[in-house]
Amino acid sequence: MTAPEEHGRGEAARAGAAGDSRVGAGGPLLLGVRHHGPGSARAVRAALDAAEPRVLLVEGPPEADGLVGLAAEPDMRPPVALLAHVVDEPGRSAFWPLAEFSPEWVAIQWAVRRGVPVRFMDLPAAHALARGEPAAPADGEAEPAGSPGGEGEAAAGPESAVSPEEAVLIDPLGALADAAGYDDPERWWEDVVEHRAAGGDVFAPFDALGEAMGALRETYGSGGHDRDLVREAHMRLQLRAAQREFGGEDVAVVCGAWHVPALREKVSVAADRAVLKGLPKVKVDMTWVPWTHRRLSRHSGYGAGIDSPGWYGHLFGAPDRPVERWLTKVAGLLRDEDRLVSSAHVIEAVRLADTLAVMRGRPLPGLTETMDAVRAVMCEGSDVPLALVHDRLVVGDVLGEVPESAPAVPLQRDLTRLQRRLRLKPEALERELELDLRKETDAARSRLLHRLRLLGVGWGEPAESRGSTGTFRETWRLRWEPELSVRVAEAGVWGTTVLAAATAKAEADAVGAAALADVTALAERCLLADLPDALPVVMRVLADRAALDADVGHLAQALPALVRSLRYGDVRGTSTGAVGEVALGLAERVFVGLPPACAGLDADAAAAMRGHVDGVHVAVGLLGELADAEGGGDAGGVRGRWQRVLRGLVGGERVAGVVRGRCARLLMDDGVLAEGEAARFMGLALSPGTEPGEAAAWIEGFVGGGAGGGMLLVHDERLLGLVDAWLTGVSGDAFVDVLPLLRRTFAAYEPGVRRTLGELVRRGPGQSGAALLTEGAPGFAAELDQERADSVLPVVGLLLGLGDGEIRGGAGQVSTAGGRAGRSGNRLVGVA
Amino acid sequence: MSVSVEPAGQATTSAGAAPDVAEEAGQALRPHAEDAFAAELAALAEQDDRPRPARWLLSPWAVATYLLGGTLPDGTVITPKYVGPRRIVEVAVTTLATDRALLLLGVPGTAKTWVSEHLAAAVSGDSTLLVQGTAGTPEEAIRYGWNYAQLLAHGPSRDALVPSPVMRAMSEGMTARVEELTRIPADVQDSLITILSEKTLPIPELGQEVQAVRGFNLIATANDRDRGVNDLSSALRRRFNTVVLPLPESADAEVDIVSRRVDQIGRSLDLPAGPEGIDEIRRVVTVFRELRDGVTTDGRTKVKSPSGTLSTAEAISVVTNGLALAAHFGDGVLRPGDVAAGILGAVVRDPAADRVIWQEYLEAVVRERDGWKDFYRACREVSA
Repeated sequence: MTAPEEHGRGEAARAGAAGDSRVGAGGPLLLGVRHHGPGSARAVRAALDAAEPRVLLVEGPPEADGLVGLAAEPDMRPPVALLAHVVDEPGRSAFWPLAEFSPEWVAIQWAVRRGVPVRFMDLPAAHALARGEPAAPADGEAEPAGSPGGEGEAAAGPESAVSPEEAVLIDPLGALADAAGYDDPERWWEDVVEHRAAGGDVFAPFDALGEAMGALRETYGSGGHDRDLVREAHMRLQLRAAQREFGGEDVAVVCGAWHVPALREKVSVAADRAVLKGLPKVKVDMTWVPWTHRRLSRHSGYGAGIDSPGWYGHLFGAPDRPVERWLTKVAGLLRDEDRLVSSAHVIEAVRLADTLAVMRGRPLPGLTETMDAVRAVMCEGSDVPLALVHDRLVVGDVLGEVPESAPAVPLQRDLTRLQRRLRLKPEALERELELDLRKETDAARSRLLHRLRLLGVGWGEPAESRGSTGTFRETWRLRWEPELSVRVAEAGVWGTTVLAAATAKAEADAVGAAALADVTALAERCLLADLPDALPVVMRVLADRAALDADVGHLAQALPALVRSLRYGDVRGTSTGAVGEVALGLAERVFVGLPPACAGLDADAAAAMRGHVDGVHVAVGLLGELADAEGGGDAGGVRGRWQRVLRGLVGGERVAGVVRGRCARLLMDDGVLAEGEAARFMGLALSPGTEPGEAAAWIEGFVGGGAGGGMLLVHDERLLGLVDAWLTGVSGDAFVDVLPLLRRTFAAYEPGVRRTLGELVRRGPGQSGAALLTEGAPGFAAELDQERADSVLPVVGLLLGLGDGEIRGGAGQVSTAGGRAGRSGNRLVGVA
Repeated sequence: MSVSVEPAGQATTSAGAAPDVAEEAGQALRPHAEDAFAAELAALAEQDDRPRPARWLLSPWAVATYLLGGTLPDGTVITPKYVGPRRIVEVAVTTLATDRALLLLGVPGTAKTWVSEHLAAAVSGDSTLLVQGTAGTPEEAIRYGWNYAQLLAHGPSRDALVPSPVMRAMSEGMTARVEELTRIPADVQDSLITILSEKTLPIPELGQEVQAVRGFNLIATANDRDRGVNDLSSALRRRFNTVVLPLPESADAEVDIVSRRVDQIGRSLDLPAGPEGIDEIRRVVTVFRELRDGVTTDGRTKVKSPSGTLSTAEAISVVTNGLALAAHFGDGVLRPGDVAAGILGAVVRDPAADRVIWQEYLEAVVRERDGWKDFYRACREVSA
């Protein structure tokens, strides 16, 4: 910041610039403004009230002339933006955002309310968009959309914040601020323009600013903004036309201050025409779209580079005492967040802000001063609550509204209709939506959101459902970003209704998809979005791809999504016959391709393959279930074949250890392995002949991962014994090698399981039964109290679903019922 | 530091400070801010034509310049006392000007005391009205005590009353300082409430009160990490404007702070200044920052953070220590070996955990780094 002392020079510079906003006698009223400056907006209103022009010219695309009337509609609430897009290429578009505090908006409101005709005078969007500079957010910075001026200023607005690629261009405001001894152009502008109290000559600020800009342009010419020359030529032509029609004095012009000198310039009509001659042209559609404060605050993309739209809105809206009102607002927000903020705090914050302003030599406390005061007085020096204030108030959550009569792209109209019918209001604030798909409306909502997602209109994002895992529930996170209007416009090429567009898009995506998994994902989305017409195309593509794809990994990845979609189909009542067939075909391919693909893998590939095996296993399970439910004969077949594949893999010599271990585990979980078989496989895998690393990998595959991994070892003492024996048999050197792998395996277990395992191992594998008890729990008698143990038996019997007699019948019976939990009667009684 | 030590410096400009027993200038180990920078303060006072709040020696603007440094119109150079965001100093000074009490918060070593001392020196010309907060700070230290001989001989009277620094500041319209506010027991802390809100200090024994004169204010410092010791009551907290002093933002800023302070301290200890020292200072600062942030400066390697705070102040003391070693036992040039022991002492606060962290850091980061061979070896030597 600059020393306040130097501020005096700024004053002098400002005072020295005096002039006349009218070009000689009978000239138009030129109101050079800073786009989105509340001070400018207020000054414009005062000047218009005083001058009462008969026609108003505003910097903006002339195509929007017909839309101006909409600004007066009660449904129109800023922030809004004028959207221009190329008719057959809706992706090429440009924006002119207008906030409540934008001088242009204020001027338009003034004119429309009084029935004064409003004309836009900038270069037509037809030319601007045809130049091929366009509209993508990245480029937006250079053209209408994104320049900090917001308003169709090619960064030429007096307020441009210079982006890196424009650094060579001159920043007019920066130059003026520099001359005044300020290092921050924004602050300079705030001090000399925005914070000036009203009063005095209403035209004086514009004179001074125009004068200053004139001096700048004499020095810098177009300042590197060459496109401005073309635009200004067009503006002059429009100005002349208006003057001819309404008379020279009755024309008022609201444009970026940077252009004022150019409009005063005497240039012949012929010269201006020559500049404009032969400009390329495209067919352009124009409409109003809602905007948000958040978007205004963005420097890139469609933003207008206003850091603090909320603060500006406040400055413009507050009738008086802006600082006091602002700090009261902040206190209110902090109170709502349960922070202790009293009126005394507000008083102290106002005092601090005022004094800070004096100290820094500013006419009024600005945002910096008030925020410093809020931090020191209300937030106890902490930046955390301050961030909240910044987010909610300084930027603010304001979403504009556009009347329905605004021209819309056809798709947009369809969407609006659907939104109304389904009572889904587009809102800027993120919210969660719970859908119960068994209900008609909710299912339709879900379909709409899924279709929009397919179209790239990310209004809703699916979220993890809370509480319920049922497939008939869906949770969405909804948030309407203004740029979604653009997306809707872009998606217009696919069709005129949401359904048609989504179907066409899905088909095109399927054909163009790169990976097989993309196609299956697409199939899933088609089902979710209920696009029956798209499904056959997608399935054909899927089958073709699956046949040609040599990578089992891809197939294995594709299968789960496909099977999942089968399952959803149920809930939504979609016909899934075609999908089922494709899924079965895919599964078969996987079965064939998997065994060879599992041979000779390195550690990473083996881990990935293990993941595939898991995924396919779950998918096959589901597939089997579904087939069962439909009574299909092939059902058992699928699972049976998969188990054979797994069995083959378990015995495979060259198959990676982790995959083999995993397959053994899966078989065991399915209950297909006979009693001793698991132990035999383990013994084989862990026998001294096997390389220790490979053996450790096997263990990782067998008991690693998942919640139940560790429990297996806890309950099956034989397996634990095998692992233990193997581990104690590993040589010292090899132990160091296998340790990390084992550690990874066991570290994934829950602490309780780990502890139990540790205790079991400490007791030693051979000891069990009474010996266990004697050593175990301190505070208990060494011997079993038979009588007390017996009294627990009935409850245990009840828990296990056995009759009283069975329980008393003998320990052996109980242990069988208890499964692996107890290999001996003693043990069960002990546990009980 | 205690209140009673009040060496008067050369050409004291302070108006309100009671004249003290004259001492030879420059004798004090650490002269008070108002003495050490008397010339700067005088120059500022002379050039300062802005309005001054009641009993302020300088205008708020000049106070900020005094802290942040600058050049006066007549060419007098004011050295920066505080290197950090301008905003912080401005808010602090403005707070004092609005007669709100100022609370400086920050982790240890962020120059809280330093800033408070200089603020008091610049505003009132006297930084010695100080209450050092400890677990044993009694209420008398904040309110007033009694001279018991007087009390017994003549009964309670103003003569028998021993005013605290805060009381003196109130009656004379000066700036009082309370250091380590959160170390003071909660009930003693609360005796500040009346002083700050009513701006008065009742003396019930005499049926009198001392009313604060315009110009009185209070600067307190407290440690962020101390919050658990004695939390500030919300009643007291409400009466302060809080300014959090941050750790230096960039390595360059920290190197700058360290070398500046080392230079100052070195001069007062008559240590010869070594020009080559800057590399070693940069190294110390780098080590401190990396361990503090838990990541190397290139952002590639994570390192563990030790339990110590590794503040800038500690870096300063490590370098000063190293300079003394170099001056007295070495060749006068600051070398890796001179700072290694100091760094070890600063880093390893917890002998078990921190030592491992330090070893890891040495092996993983220091050993690999170009040009750090000597430093690595020196550290190995002292660590072993």
